[in-house]
Amino acid sequence: MAITLKINGKNKSVDAAEGTPLLWVLRDHMGLTGTKFGCGVAQCGACTVHVDGVPIRSCITAHEDVEGSDVTTIEAASGKVADAIRAAWEELAVPQCGYCQAGQIMSAINLLETNKSPTDDDIDNAMSGNICRCATYVRIRAAIKDAAKSV
Amino acid sequence: MFMHLAQPQTAAHETPPKTISFEIVNLSRRRFVKGASGAAFTLAIAACAPNKPSTVSEAVAPIPDNSAVASGPLVFISIAADGRTQITNPRSEMGQQVITTVAQMIADELEVAWDKLEIKQAVGDAKYGDQNTDGSTSVRNHFKRFRMAGASMRQMLTQAAANEWGVDISECSSELGVIKHSSGKTLTYGDVAAAASQLEVPAEDSVKLKSRKEWRYIGKDQTSFTIPDVIRGKGTYGIDVRVPNMLYAVVARPPTVFGRIKSLNDRAALAVRGVTKVIRLPDPQGEAAAFQQLGGVAVIATDTWAAIQGREALEIEWEAGANGNYDSESYGRQLRATARKSGAVKLKRGDVAAAMEGAAKTVTAEYYAAHLSQSPMEPPSATAQWTDGKVECWACTQNPQAARSTVAAICGIPEEDVTIHVTLLGGGFGRKSKPDFIVEAALIAREAGAPVKVTWTREDDVRHGYFHAVSAQYMQAGLDAAGKPTAMLHRTVFPSINSTFGPADEGSNFELSLGATDAPWAVPNLQVEVGKAKAHIRIGWLRSVANVYHAFANQSFAAELAEAAGQDPKDYLLAMIGSDRQIDLSKDGVTYPNYGASLEEHPIDTARMKAVLNKVADMAKWGRDVPDGHGLGISVHRSFLSYVATAIEVAVDAEGKISFPGIWVAVDAGTVVNPANTKVQMEGGTLYGISNALYGEITAKNGVVEQGNFPDWRVMRINESPHKVEVHIMESDAPPGGVGEPGTPTAAPALANAIFAATGQRLRSLPLLGQNDRLKMTKEG
Ligand code: FES
Ligand code: FES
Repeated sequence: MAITLKINGKNKSVDAAEGTPLLWVLRDHMGLTGTKFGCGVAQCGACTVHVDGVPIRSCITAHEDVEGSDVTTIEAASGKVADAIRAAWEELAVPQCGYCQAGQIMSAINLLETNKSPTDDDIDNAMSGNICRCATYVRIRAAIKDAAKSV
Repeated sequence: MFMHLAQPQTAAHETPPKTISFEIVNLSRRRFVKGASGAAFTLAIAACAPNKPSTVSEAVAPIPDNSAVASGPLVFISIAADGRTQITNPRSEMGQQVITTVAQMIADELEVAWDKLEIKQAVGDAKYGDQNTDGSTSVRNHFKRFRMAGASMRQMLTQAAANEWGVDISECSSELGVIKHSSGKTLTYGDVAAAASQLEVPAEDSVKLKSRKEWRYIGKDQTSFTIPDVIRGKGTYGIDVRVPNMLYAVVARPPTVFGRIKSLNDRAALAVRGVTKVIRLPDPQGEAAAFQQLGGVAVIATDTWAAIQGREALEIEWEAGANGNYDSESYGRQLRATARKSGAVKLKRGDVAAAMEGAAKTVTAEYYAAHLSQSPMEPPSATAQWTDGKVECWACTQNPQAARSTVAAICGIPEEDVTIHVTLLGGGFGRKSKPDFIVEAALIAREAGAPVKVTWTREDDVRHGYFHAVSAQYMQAGLDAAGKPTAMLHRTVFPSINSTFGPADEGSNFELSLGATDAPWAVPNLQVEVGKAKAHIRIGWLRSVANVYHAFANQSFAAELAEAAGQDPKDYLLAMIGSDRQIDLSKDGVTYPNYGASLEEHPIDTARMKAVLNKVADMAKWGRDVPDGHGLGISVHRSFLSYVATAIEVAVDAEGKISFPGIWVAVDAGTVVNPANTKVQMEGGTLYGISNALYGEITAKNGVVEQGNFPDWRVMRINESPHKVEVHIMESDAPPGGVGEPGTPTAAPALANAIFAATGQRLRSLPLLGQNDRLKMTKEG
């Protein structure tokens, strides 16, 4: 049975099996492939999206559970903090392969939206769920701090 | 500035921008020395008239020797009337910023403005020359031909302008897409592109490359073509490909390599909502897995999740086959035991046995390193679509030509009927140079009668990989009364990558040349031996390959000898490397492949090696007092023609927790095309090495890999990461070396040496932590 989800500000009708994670609804049903699959078990953060502004792992979130909520993906992440994060990411050339970076950015946006000047520990806490196999961690940390300064 | 990557939605219908396109085909003559035997191929330069199809035969029509041309690398550049310049990039982008680097080399000599560049990604085709993006080769093997292509085209464009003005070319110059005559007249590249396309391509010796001083982009920190897309969720990776009416598949593969299906019940799988079909994949043929599919059962569905659910519901009984006894624990014991016995001698200098006898002191150490998984963040994924007996594939592949030939061979169709589109790669690290997953997509799509994307879950990636070899090494040295090494014996035992491709039960010359036979030791008596080891899972390349374990043993052992001699590890290491010289391994009976490069151009140069070592010691302020619980470790290694030294300061607290107050890297990669990116690669390579050294461990039991997903397969997270890696690039005019891999080998030994300095514990077995968060503080390593 089709349900309606609000994705990036638009209502979209989805007809997927009950329990289908939001990740696969976004990627396979809606063609929003910016949100990535890395593990499927909430271990890597590649699939991070915002639900009502809060970062969640879309690989373990049944799509029907976000009915009535606002879902934002990397493609539509915007605002002052998102801009500052992207600018810092570009300035410091954070991404290598880039595959984890949608998730990193979604986690980092939430961090700065809730904490204007995060300490190293705050960064560890907010970002340790996001694996980067290219190990861009040194630059992620620096870019978060730079972005914090510019917001 | 934008880039085209193979996008299935547009590829079929896209009409090319109305350009007067000419293709310059760089077939420049040069000598390429591979290993000891020089294999030369002939190239020349040809240009196609506008609007002619860009097939190889058309492009090479003017070249007399077609057979030579077929293996020759062609570089495709086209210029539109409005000056837009399209470069066809033949290399795979996996985060090493190769698109940007290739553009830098071509655009510099072409003298074109950076914002006029557009990048098109090449499909897999022999006409592009070697496309295998592996071995850190994109710059070191192609530096000249990419520049020659740009320079030749620039000369043709300038000639076309000279013709139009009726003047001699010597009166004309060009800068950033504008050709000037001494009188002040100007024409743009776009103005003369059509005329230039009618010209003969200049002979190589008439084309002048820029001097270093004139370089506009080479050696500069040009910004990335891909990052702006990536941070907006826009880049298309293999797993992101979408084709109209496509289906999604996952595969249940035999848990053991060459395992087979005993029985299959797919009723429950077919009942899962969204599952459309269940098919059996053919078993791999012959004795070697090579790039074949692994067999098993594919579940095809209307989305990936349904396919995964369907796979869960399959009832399969497997027959383990010949590899069902693989057990990492007993195998490890066996490797160690083999390493204690003499093996086949692969390097022999002097008389090691006699020198050991006469030594004042002998030191022995055994090292061990576990299997590793490359685990790129994007697991393997490929999409295939069949039309009229021909197949088009889209994939995150490091090696589209191998993908093409393997798909053709296994599907039983000619190579011309296979198109491999290369997407962005969400990491590669060697995993994606093996196209088995693309073969699966082609086979499944044919059977499904619809386009199909095959996605590997993380469990698939970790369990069914091409693993970095597990290894045991035995080192022995004899020291004289002054503590100086007079004899050294290095025995290395590991299942060879060659076993993936045919019968092989010992490490190959190629693998030994990665850090074993080319160790820089100025020891009068030296012997390298290799022992037998059969493989029971697929063994494959991982970032820097055998250099990982060989550098770990050699560079740890050097520090152990320093300790035995009561000397400073850095000074001792410098002395072990010895005088400034170019090492000639042929004297020791070694046929040294030298990463495919000539030894004249790329000698093993101990002066460069010592220079990076001294530099990194300066950076780390080697010799300073460090706080309690801290320790400094150092190592140096040459790989992929580049020299890297690493110094690590660790802090180990009372509970055994490790942190990194500092990491320093000095790299001499010869001429560097993009310094900023070289630093990034050194950072990434170092942390990849540290992550694997601390946590990386793949084990098998009953032939089955025991790890499945994060965190069983553990990789570094941000809270475990150093906060800073300081990189220094040595100024050099030497020809370029590799950059993507050389940062990795020195990481593990520098780390182990630092831990020894901090704790007095010599750790000789990787991973150092595995699933633990603290070092086990024991007496033994
Ligand atoms: S894919 Fe969701 S956390 Fe890894
Ligand atoms: S940038 Fe490659 S995984 Fe993070």
